[in-house]
Amino acid sequence: MSQQNEALPDLVQPERERSRTLTRFLSSKQVRWGIGLVVVTALLAVFGRILAPYAPTDPITTPYAPPGNGLLLGSDQLGRDVFSRVLSGGLYLAWMAPLSAVLSVGIGATIGMVSAYYRGWVDTILMRFMDVLLAFPGLLMALMFVSVLGPSPTLLVFLVVLALIPGVARVIRGAAIPICHREFVLWAQSVGIPGRKLIAREILPNITSPLLVELGVRLMWAVGILASISFIGYGIQPPTPDWGLMVSENRTGLATQPWAVLAPIVMIVLFTVGGNLIAEGGARVIARTEGK
Amino acid sequence: MAAVTVSDLEVTIEATGTPIIEHVGFSLEAGEVLGIVGESGSGKSTLSLALLGYARPGARITKGSIDIEGTDILALDSAGLRTARRSIVSYVAQDPATALNPSMRLSTQLLETLDLPRDQAIQQIREVLSAVGLPNDDAFIRRRAGELSGGQQQRIAIAMAVIARPRLIVLDEPTTGLDVSTQMRVLELVKKLCAEYQIASIYVTHDLAVVAEVADSTIVMKDGHIVETGRALKVLLEPEHPYSKQLIAATPSTKVRSPWEGDRLSDAGAADVPLLRVTNLNASYGHTQVLHEIDLTVRSGECLAIVGESGSGKSTLSRCLIGLHHNWEGEAQLNGSALATSSMKRSHEDRRAMQYIFQNPYGSLNPRHDIETILRTPLALFHDVRGGAAKAQIAEALERVEMPVRMAKMYPAELSGGQRQRVAIARALLASPDLLICDEVTSALDVLVQSSVIDLLRTLLKDGLGMIFVTHNLAVVRNIAHNVAVLNRGEIVEYDDADTVLDLPKDPYTQGLLANTLDLPVA
Amino acid sequence: MTEMIALSSERGGDRAKRASRVRAWRKWGGKALQGVLTLFLVSILIFFATQAMPGDVAKVILGVNATPERLEVVREQLGLNLPLWQQYVNWLLGILRGDWGNSLTNGIPVADTLTLRLRNSLTLGVLALVIMLPIALVVGVVAAQLKDKAFDKLFMGTSMVINAVPEFVLGTVLIALFGTTVFRIFPPVAFIPPADMPWWHPMALVLPVATLIIGGVAYLSRLVRVSFIDVMNSEYIQTAQLKGLSTRRILYRHALPNALAPIIPAASLVAAFLIGGTVVIEYLFSYPGIGLTLVESVGNRDLPLIQAVVLIIASAYFVFNFIADLFSGSGANGRKG
Repeated sequence: MSQQNEALPDLVQPERERSRTLTRFLSSKQVRWGIGLVVVTALLAVFGRILAPYAPTDPITTPYAPPGNGLLLGSDQLGRDVFSRVLSGGLYLAWMAPLSAVLSVGIGATIGMVSAYYRGWVDTILMRFMDVLLAFPGLLMALMFVSVLGPSPTLLVFLVVLALIPGVARVIRGAAIPICHREFVLWAQSVGIPGRKLIAREILPNITSPLLVELGVRLMWAVGILASISFIGYGIQPPTPDWGLMVSENRTGLATQPWAVLAPIVMIVLFTVGGNLIAEGGARVIARTEGK
Repeated sequence: MAAVTVSDLEVTIEATGTPIIEHVGFSLEAGEVLGIVGESGSGKSTLSLALLGYARPGARITKGSIDIEGTDILALDSAGLRTARRSIVSYVAQDPATALNPSMRLSTQLLETLDLPRDQAIQQIREVLSAVGLPNDDAFIRRRAGELSGGQQQRIAIAMAVIARPRLIVLDEPTTGLDVSTQMRVLELVKKLCAEYQIASIYVTHDLAVVAEVADSTIVMKDGHIVETGRALKVLLEPEHPYSKQLIAATPSTKVRSPWEGDRLSDAGAADVPLLRVTNLNASYGHTQVLHEIDLTVRSGECLAIVGESGSGKSTLSRCLIGLHHNWEGEAQLNGSALATSSMKRSHEDRRAMQYIFQNPYGSLNPRHDIETILRTPLALFHDVRGGAAKAQIAEALERVEMPVRMAKMYPAELSGGQRQRVAIARALLASPDLLICDEVTSALDVLVQSSVIDLLRTLLKDGLGMIFVTHNLAVVRNIAHNVAVLNRGEIVEYDDADTVLDLPKDPYTQGLLANTLDLPVA
Repeated sequence: MTEMIALSSERGGDRAKRASRVRAWRKWGGKALQGVLTLFLVSILIFFATQAMPGDVAKVILGVNATPERLEVVREQLGLNLPLWQQYVNWLLGILRGDWGNSLTNGIPVADTLTLRLRNSLTLGVLALVIMLPIALVVGVVAAQLKDKAFDKLFMGTSMVINAVPEFVLGTVLIALFGTTVFRIFPPVAFIPPADMPWWHPMALVLPVATLIIGGVAYLSRLVRVSFIDVMNSEYIQTAQLKGLSTRRILYRHALPNALAPIIPAASLVAAFLIGGTVVIEYLFSYPGIGLTLVESVGNRDLPLIQAVVLIIASAYFVFNFIADLFSGSGANGRKG
């Protein structure tokens, strides 16, 4: 032990652990950009319909009309205004994806910490259960249930959460295990602090950084899965405007009216890239703090 | 003409231009061993790497010259430097487990330093391996580093450093992670090789006793500067610089005890029920039994040292007692009532009465809580004291461990190792325990800090606290323990009062341990 | 004396080695058993998620206008009147025997449809994996060596974006670039007639394979980069530098083998990703693999087909994840000795 401490390089002073996680995260430009992208995209998705010049479901011109004539992005395969549809097409994604991310990180992190702290049979059972869920890539999980139950937003959120939980649980378990071997946790055990309190007071504050990273990663995944389901046709049903669905609907006109496909794609990309920027910036902050 | 002359060496942090070491100069003859002593942060590791013309990423060698038999290392271009590192100067790192490539065979790692035809090179490898006391058959040299013990790995690292017969070899704390007996053999090896091959060598260490054993001359470093230079014996016996004097005074000795009030255990109360009585304790990891029939007792005000090398089971024993290791059987009575195996099954009272202090001060405090929050936990848990009353008691406890009260608002990362260890002690004291279990509490600390922590623990003993002090360091034992239990392979091989064990050891294992333990020379 | 100690510890080493080998076998055996158990649970989940949900399979087959008598006959034929657990046992036994049931829409045995489609999907996946691995390696190592230089920054930015976007977005962009809007080099759909082997239509394969490769390279090469940087910062590389070895020897002999160790489990994860990603990609390119089969059968509520495809994809996904776990676990142990 002593040797390791002695071996600490003389010149690399690890950043103080004291400053709060969020402040540290916000010091990263990537994280700030990521949060900015996610917030702007989500706001646009929720309030965009107010700005929409036309009703998103009304055919107003010929199919696949190019931009011009007062249509900023042209029209889609049924002659509806692409610009208005893009502004209105993110509503479901804007609440379903963040909700899925928050729920899956909350539940997954709890499972991960409980597993890491108690080990033994609790760990085995929880992790085997996670393995079972892990066998279903997000899209597959959704398709399997939707095939019988039909698409509904609540069901989709539930399924996406179910698909994302095991990943979170495994990452957080991995982050919590070394914490559980640290001496301050052993001390708390030796004076008999009960498990639930110990996890909340001693372990949780030490994994806030990976938690924030997970939030970014899972947001990215949730947007991806939900948009993919829409794209395949088992999510939001026409004629409701939805970014994923719009890509699918207007694919045949890609050669003549690419804007009907590219515009919703840009929105999806902004959303997922935002999530990934949060995750990646956060991971860099962690690496820097740990002196790597 | 000196074999190695270093003058006005300076290494700075690239970003800020702050020097890590500066004005460093010394010289040594062929075959001479120079010991460089310093505490952590003194710049001794930076210096040792700089001698090979190397600076860690983020740092740069900015000034000075290193002349090794006519070659100025710092004047070489990168090709010249590579050649120099292959032929005239070599390096042995502190931790051979990470310094050797895990995926390459030993033979490959040894061969690549030689520019000889393969048969000759293999011949030379065999010679050098037998010189460092390792097997040199084909099966052995085809092994990988992970298949060797720590001592063997360090021998390989040394073999790798001397195989090309360099003119200078730099060893950076090469024995710090090793047991005393292994350390002694490595030191003998270094001395022998340097004398035999007439290699000048620089031996970096934090341990003055090692310098006394291995070095001909020594320099003492502090904060990147040399504060004292001279023949090793002279510096150790008649230090001139106040810092050297301090260091030497703080280094404990296995032979003499620095006197303290309470170093004799009073006989009063010897007949009463002891604080802790352990009878026939057996403990296992899985199916492997690691502790065999342990018996011991501790009285109030008594310090019982449990001594052993790594793997002796001493840490397991202390963890059984505190209830963190559950897989044990036998009887343990605290204040006359039996202890459950696991801390979770013990009574509130039992958990209060026995407190544990960990070896690693960097892990024992939650980095996310400030010191006050950390110290409030035992008060609320055991005495239901909160709010303002708690604040007063925390201030008192901090004073007790000689920490300024303003530090209550600080976070662990802002404290030094010694300060953190004091906070850990304060946290234990706030539970108002009867018995303190100290698991190698000073081994992560520099010698000056170690001696002040020992002083603190002594005052606690004087106040009537019982203590179990787990350690591998016999010199510390002499200076704090009343009784000693020597643990070897899970069995107590010797159990008596400290002076008897250290002056007249009966068991061959204890005798060996003492023979291999290094001490400062006494005038 | 030193000689003796070395020898005795060597003998001890042999014994320890044998013991550790026994332990390793026991560990792997246990892991394999756990894997089989998990797969078993996966099959239960699939079955109950599909068959035990509200909704009447018989009605699906016969349509809403069917008479109650006709419905009863069909239920009898399919065993839908049996208790659920018995239906499950029959289903599982059938699967193990190779009898995967018949499609509800066209009556063709599920096994026949799937053999064909599986061949197409595997072609796509294996092709992508074989091309992707060397590219990811080279890109990752180059980026690591040029750390914080322009190329590395460009690489990090691009791969970050590619990793973030869903597969269908990447595929659609490729179609727009090379299939329809900008250039018209490759066909935007990859329809393979049932009688043809997929490699008879190489042009059709280009875009779907490219989509998979770009996604995989973006993921994998980042891992290569990080692993390589970590190794280059390790103490044994410092030792190699202090031994005066040439840069080339340090890179290729000391760093690369150690840096590649974590890549094996990562490649297995990519294989899993390929399987997960095929559903969308195949749908996007109308490529007749099992992914497209799944999308179609979900639309038709063709339960036997859905169950079979989900079981195949989930099992494959699980197995690759499992392999990744095994390797990353043993790799870490191996390094510690």
